[in-house]
Amino acid sequence: MYNASDLKKGLKIEIDGAPWVITEFEFCKPGKGTALYRCRMKNMITGIGMEKTYRPTDKIGEPKIEEKEMYYSYFDGSHYIFSDPNTYEEVSVAPEVLGKRTYFLQENSLCNFVLYNDEPIDITLPTFIEKEIVETEPGARGDTATNVMKPAKIDNGYEFQVPLFINQGDVVRIDTRTGEYAERVSKA
Amino acid sequence: MSADIETLRRRSELLRAARNFFYRQQFIEIESPVRIPANAPEEYIEAIPAGGEFLRTSPELALKVLLSRGAERIFEIGSAFRAGEFGSRHREEFTILEYYAVGWDYRRLARFTARLAAQLARRVTGGCEVLWRGRKLDFSRSEFITVDEAYRRYAGVSAFDADADGSFDELMVTKVEPQLGGEGLTFLIDYPASRASLSRRRADDPRVAERWELYAAGVELGNAFGELTDPVEQRERFRAAAEFRAGQGMLAYPEAEEFFAALERGIPDSSGCALGFDRLAMLLLGADDIGAVRL
Repeated sequence: MYNASDLKKGLKIEIDGAPWVITEFEFCKPGKGTALYRCRMKNMITGIGMEKTYRPTDKIGEPKIEEKEMYYSYFDGSHYIFSDPNTYEEVSVAPEVLGKRTYFLQENSLCNFVLYNDEPIDITLPTFIEKEIVETEPGARGDTATNVMKPAKIDNGYEFQVPLFINQGDVVRIDTRTGEYAERVSKA
Repeated sequence: MSADIETLRRRSELLRAARNFFYRQQFIEIESPVRIPANAPEEYIEAIPAGGEFLRTSPELALKVLLSRGAERIFEIGSAFRAGEFGSRHREEFTILEYYAVGWDYRRLARFTARLAAQLARRVTGGCEVLWRGRKLDFSRSEFITVDEAYRRYAGVSAFDADADGSFDELMVTKVEPQLGGEGLTFLIDYPASRASLSRRRADDPRVAERWELYAAGVELGNAFGELTDPVEQRERFRAAAEFRAGQGMLAYPEAEEFFAALERGIPDSSGCALGFDRLAMLLLGADDIGAVRL
C-alpha cells in the first residue's frame, strides 16, 4: 500500500482492481486546513482519465506492474506468442490487445511489455519497421510532393497512405505507433 | 529548482517596496526569534523540532506579545517552517510577511493589504496588471466575498453544512479556491466560527469569525484575523487544538507562557495578517512554482 504522502506524478496506483497512472499532482493545503493531495490520473488499460483527491490518512493500492522486453515468436492461429529472452517463458496475447499493431509484428523483434497481474496491458513495438510495397498505383515520375497521398498495401494486407512517388517494390519505413508512412528506404 | 540572479534582483525590489510601504505607514520592522519554545497549537500545521525547542511556524505569538507591550504597528519579514509541506505552492521553509495594527478592524486591514499588493505589482510590472499562467489579473481591483456565499455559489452548499459534514477542506480545494481571485484580489471573509483559529468571533454574528484569506488566480496569498484577545477563550481553543493534535500523533508543545502572560496583561483590539511572500513573488514575477523565486 502507498500512503498519500507517496503520491507523485508518474506513480502507478490501483483502484478497484484497475491500474492507474498519475498524470498531474498537486499538494494542497487550504488555509489552516488539512493537507490534500489532488491527482489527475489515467486508467492504464482503458485510457480514461479522472480526478481524485486524497487525504493524509488515506491508503492507496499498489498495483503489480512489471515491465519487460519480450521477443515476438509466432502466431498460433488465434493468439500472438511472445517469449521472454531470458527464461524462454511464453506469453500469448489476444489480437484485440494489439489491434492494428498485429500487422507490424516481425519475428524476433524485441517489444516492450507492461504487465498488470501478469497480463499484458501495453505492448510497444520497435518504432519503425521496413516493408516492401506489394500493391499501389504507379507513381507519377518526377512527382516528389509528399503532401499528396494514395493507398498502398504490404504483404500482410495492411493498407495505408503513401506519397505519389512511391512504386510497387519500393521499401518504406512505417511508424508502428501511428501505422503511418514515415519515409522511403529504397527504390524498386 | 532555485531562483536565478535576475529573479533574485526582482525579488529584492519587491522586498524593498514592501518595507518602504510599511515604513511610510509608521510600522516598525521586528526580527523575532526563529527558534521558539512553543508554537500556537494548530490542527494541521506541524513544526520542526530544533534543539529542544521548535522552529517557528509563523512569528504570530512573538508579535502579539509586542502588541501587549505597547507596539502599535509592527511587521516582520522572515523565514517560517512547516513540516511536511512540499508542492508547487509549498516549501517546508518559506518567507512570511506578517503585520499587525492596533485599532484597525479586519476589514481595514484587508483594504490596507489590497493597497500593499497593488503597490508591489506596480513596482515589478509598471502597472497593476499581473500575468500568471496565462491569466491576466488586475491587482488594483479587489472584492470581498463571504465564505458562505462562496460555498453556495461555487460548491452549491452552505459553508456551515460543509464544515459540519467534514467536506469543507475538500470543497475548498476542488470547487471554491479555483474560482477566487479570477480577475484581481479576492478577500474570502467571515469563516465559520469553528475555523476561527486565533481570530475573534463577530459580535453581531457569532456563527462566523473575523478572519479572511486573500486570493489571486486561485492562489491563497495570506490569512488575517481580527485578533482574539480574550485569554479564557484563547486558552480553551489551544486546549482543544492540543487535544486534536495528540490524537493525530503530532508534536506536543509546552504552554506558550509569554503569549498567555501577554493576553492576561491585555492585547489591545487589533488585526493582523500573514502573507506568503514567496507566493506573492511567484505571481508577480510570473513563476509557476515558488521554488523559482527563492533559494
